Amino acid sequence: MESLTTEITRPAEGKKRKHRFWYTMLQQRYLYLMSVPFVIWLIIFSYVPIWGWLVAFQNYKPGKSIFDQKWIGLKSFIELFSDERFYHVLRNTLAMSVMGLIVGFTVPIIFALLLNELRGRWFKRSIQTISYLPHFVSWVVVAGLITKMLSVDGGAVNQLLMSLHLIDKPIQFMAKGEWFWGIVTISDMWKETGWSSIIYIAAMAGIDPEQYEAATVDGAGRFRRMWHITLPGIRPTFMVLFILSIGNLISIGFEKQFLLGNPLVSDYSEVIDLYALNYGIGLSRYSYGTAIGIFNSVISIILVFTANGIYKRVTKETII
Amino acid sequence: MQGLVQKNISDRIFDTCLYVVMTIVLIVTLYPFLNVLAISLNDSMDTVKGGLTIWPRQFTLKNYETIFKFEGLVIGFRNSVIRTVLGAIIGVLTASMVAYTLSRREFQARRLFSVLFALTLYFSGGLIPGYLLIRNLGLIGTFWVYIIPSILGVFNVFVIRSYIDGLPNALQESAKIDGANDFTIFWRIILPLCQPVLATIALFVAVGHWNSWFDTYLYNAQKPQNTTLQYELIKVLQSTQSATDYRFNSNNQQSMAAVSPDSIKMAITMVVTTPILLVYPFLQKYFVKGITLGAVKS
Repeated sequence: MESLTTEITRPAEGKKRKHRFWYTMLQQRYLYLMSVPFVIWLIIFSYVPIWGWLVAFQNYKPGKSIFDQKWIGLKSFIELFSDERFYHVLRNTLAMSVMGLIVGFTVPIIFALLLNELRGRWFKRSIQTISYLPHFVSWVVVAGLITKMLSVDGGAVNQLLMSLHLIDKPIQFMAKGEWFWGIVTISDMWKETGWSSIIYIAAMAGIDPEQYEAATVDGAGRFRRMWHITLPGIRPTFMVLFILSIGNLISIGFEKQFLLGNPLVSDYSEVIDLYALNYGIGLSRYSYGTAIGIFNSVISIILVFTANGIYKRVTKETII
Repeated sequence: MQGLVQKNISDRIFDTCLYVVMTIVLIVTLYPFLNVLAISLNDSMDTVKGGLTIWPRQFTLKNYETIFKFEGLVIGFRNSVIRTVLGAIIGVLTASMVAYTLSRREFQARRLFSVLFALTLYFSGGLIPGYLLIRNLGLIGTFWVYIIPSILGVFNVFVIRSYIDGLPNALQESAKIDGANDFTIFWRIILPLCQPVLATIALFVAVGHWNSWFDTYLYNAQKPQNTTLQYELIKVLQSTQSATDYRFNSNNQQSMAAVSPDSIKMAITMVVTTPILLVYPFLQKYFVKGITLGAVKS
């Protein structure tokens, strides 16, 4: 605290400075009253759980304080890395996050490009408005809609495929594990494409129109203008978002997998966070669950710094 | 001359393809909602025959009448509304109050508090330590678990602060000369001026509360009186065989039998979705602004 006041007072005035510090504090009592309760809240809800990481190195038994627990060192981690199921869920996590990453970047960019080319203003705005809508609907509802659309009796997808004579009998999409990764990726695409495209549309709006005019005069067609002007124009935005999402490769959450999955497809649907949830809370193995969480965080940090390092080497710029 | 005509033709083909693609996007986005709406408004015996698209064949409100007899759903609806309204009001007031203190340049603890808040944007304790904390605080099985852990959004604090930073300073100064204290300045001057950004944030916080289900699943699964609408929907959707698997605590067995599980699922889905559709026009108006504000901050 003291160091904060040094900028406004001279170091020579030791005693006076101290006096003045308390005086200012009294003066600013309303500011303190308005912020300190929330700082305490923040410490309890955001900083105390960091202490909770210690649980991973203990044989945590509920009911005792964290200081009275038995220390077991790295046992939870050794157990984790020798569990075959762990590698299985790691595979599922990476598969779905890489698929999500590819689709989650290409499709919104293509959508934004197309929207940018649309001339009718009214049509453009309607498309935009409607495309954001699924973002605000909960995953619970989206999972329900997807299940309904893919259902065997009367699901729109099966009906469409049948009427096109692409299949003879309905496909059991939700019951076959090999469909699961694709279903999660497509659900995500359906829900988030419009929303993710906003930021690219904003970046495209910031491109100088003179560039397009000059290119047109030089005889560049629509595709060449998109390729040489629009895409380079959104490159900085893309890079920032991409590197940030590399950091999240492993922590993709579990909401979609939890809500879309069922026991039939669990070999494909169980991701790291669900695994932590099932073991950590479901089976009350708190230390084990926390170890999984720590693994997650460490990998995320490594990934984001690696991505940033590569980007720095290539472009001499940095994101973080 | 010929070149120009050719370009016009290829341009026109491109435009046509564009409109076709966009129309498909439109249909793919809207069809599921319309389909569910149609089923929820259709007679459930008729729905079983299949073939419903976006228009009910035999219009009825019976499905809705039936689901509102389910006690769990009514309680869930009430709880969801309460947590949404309460959460949004608290979220906006707390975030703007903290944002205001952090925007005051002469505030002693400004830098320390800013750093404390900002750091939490980059890390979190994770699932299990968070759960253990909630348990040690005795919040499990209470309604307050929906409110207290999310009293304020740190990201919102920074969004509001950057908005306050953009306000003219003269009003604050003149109020101070008139002898107003810092809280009065916040309440009488800053809050009214921040209305646009607060509206955005209130809507986002409200949507977040309305849509959240995991806290109910984790902390209140054993407490039927603290259930929320999203959680009730999960229970209904996951009872695959029939809706009777889901214990509705309904006294009215007869009406249960007359309504098929599919119709019930779809009617509940609509009840959960409709509030979002109702606030959507307002969200629409504000959220692009919200995103830009966020971008300015980072």
